[in-house]
Amino acid sequence: MYTQGLDQKSDAVDPQRDDEVRLRQFQARIDQEEKIEAKDWMPDAYRKTLIRQISQHAHSEIVGMLPEGNWITRAPTLRRKAILLAKVQDEAGHGLYLYSAAETLGVSRDELIDQMLTGKAKYSSIFNYPTLTWADIGAIGWLVDGAAIMNQIPLCRCSYGPYARAMVRVCKEESFHQRQGYEIMLTLSRGSDEQIRMAQDALNRWWWPSLMMFGPGDADSKHSAQSMAWKIKRFSNDELRQKFVDVTVPQADYIGLKMPDPDLRKNDETGHYKYGEIDWEEFMQVLAGNGPCNRERLESRQHAHAEGQWVRDAATAYAEKQAARQAAA
Amino acid sequence: MTTRNQSSCDESEMELFSYLLRLGDNALILGQQLGASVGKGPELEEEMALANFALDYIGQARLFFGLAAEIEGKGRNEDDLAFLRDGIDFTNVLLVEQPNGDFAQTIARQFFFESFYLLQLRALRHSENSKLAEIAAKAGKEIQYHLRHTQQWLVRLGDGTVESHRRMQAGVDRLWQYTGELFEIDDLDRWAIDAGIGADLAEIRQTWLAEIKSAFVEATLEMPAGEWMAGGGKQGRHSEHLGYLLADLQFLQRAYPGAAW
Repeated sequence: MYTQGLDQKSDAVDPQRDDEVRLRQFQARIDQEEKIEAKDWMPDAYRKTLIRQISQHAHSEIVGMLPEGNWITRAPTLRRKAILLAKVQDEAGHGLYLYSAAETLGVSRDELIDQMLTGKAKYSSIFNYPTLTWADIGAIGWLVDGAAIMNQIPLCRCSYGPYARAMVRVCKEESFHQRQGYEIMLTLSRGSDEQIRMAQDALNRWWWPSLMMFGPGDADSKHSAQSMAWKIKRFSNDELRQKFVDVTVPQADYIGLKMPDPDLRKNDETGHYKYGEIDWEEFMQVLAGNGPCNRERLESRQHAHAEGQWVRDAATAYAEKQAARQAAA
Repeated sequence: MTTRNQSSCDESEMELFSYLLRLGDNALILGQQLGASVGKGPELEEEMALANFALDYIGQARLFFGLAAEIEGKGRNEDDLAFLRDGIDFTNVLLVEQPNGDFAQTIARQFFFESFYLLQLRALRHSENSKLAEIAAKAGKEIQYHLRHTQQWLVRLGDGTVESHRRMQAGVDRLWQYTGELFEIDDLDRWAIDAGIGADLAEIRQTWLAEIKSAFVEATLEMPAGEWMAGGGKQGRHSEHLGYLLADLQFLQRAYPGAAW
């Protein structure tokens, strides 16, 4: 679904390890929009930055299955249930390609998953919010996937080839997710008073956390310059956030829902919407583990992993027995 | 097609409607169970498989209910049939409403059911009702793939570690008592067989038993010994599990009657 703010801390370049000539050649390739491939030389810091970003993105897909999975059994129609199942299945698939893309950088999926389960690696903070009504499934598709697409479309042109190619497929599926989410909201907004209330309440709860998905404002975003130079990141957090607001506000107007921001105004000169102050304290708290569902989300993943240990052990044991049988035959 | 109202819906149409409901209920309830297991899989590939299988079952339920609703001709649709019937009106077999349990129990349930269901669908491809035959052909392709996956797990777990073997054996032992109902022939099944509409369960039982035995040998599992078989699901007499399952499934449609979603 999404990676947090694309605002990765880049590791300091170590000139002892990565000699300057190679660094210059590497940067020249990036400047010429060449793709860097798995076996190409790359600065250690570029590799580490990408591993961190891609794996956080993968973790976000996997944890993101939980808030939506929460409504699979309660989806209101068979068609909605089927669409939601397909969406959650896509997310598992995104997690798989992204872990594979990260593995091309020389790290194993097991290691990465272990970092997530032990809380060392982050995932998108948005999934630490609860899904309380069916409208939340609409709001997640519309807003969360909508914000994710803003972040991810530029990633299709990321300098690292395997990540860029994975993102092409991910983006296609995300845009379907966004449309189905908006369609849920549209249907609710044309429904009964209770359904309209549900939709508005979901928008009220998901709007601000969705804006936070783009990460800190540019003035406080310390790690962007290197990622920009490496063309891992192509737009600043605030640029992407603004794009998202500009696209989303008219969509809310169209379905008659009100943005929960009294300061929201359109600037007729620039054509952009000016939005109110984001509560960065809330963002920092959720990142620090104090969101409404941080503990539940991590515990769910830990529980599934621990419960699955005997299954994975059995698969390994069986594969070994089979190999031994074949060798003996 | 002649116009008709509720009272003129003739007897064979009522039978066919009921027969399709059974098929739809099995698919819906199993899809619901698998849907509930999303996020709890032992690894990522399995998460995808579970969601994918759930999706197939929900898709099949929609086809069976859609056809049932059309044949009934009372203006009900697939969602009315799924969300607005009570537990005593559901006619799925008891096996599919059994809880997911641990992964071995899930696999045992899936294996018992799917090895039966695939044979049932293959027979239904030759149904006198061409629409049912079409659905069966499509569903059969999906279930063939599920069964291959499920059977691989049965073997891996049975012939894996000491613990996985113990769990897999416990899973099949526990669910064995629900396999008898799969082959029970009641009046409705008799009607379907005689009309050339439905599968002959007695015929497929022999094939099923042979397949189960051979899979168990490969999985190093003992055939469960219990002879007593539970039944009643097909007649609407269910286990306590079904009520909770329906409470989740039907919540929104029950809480907001008549709303469009």
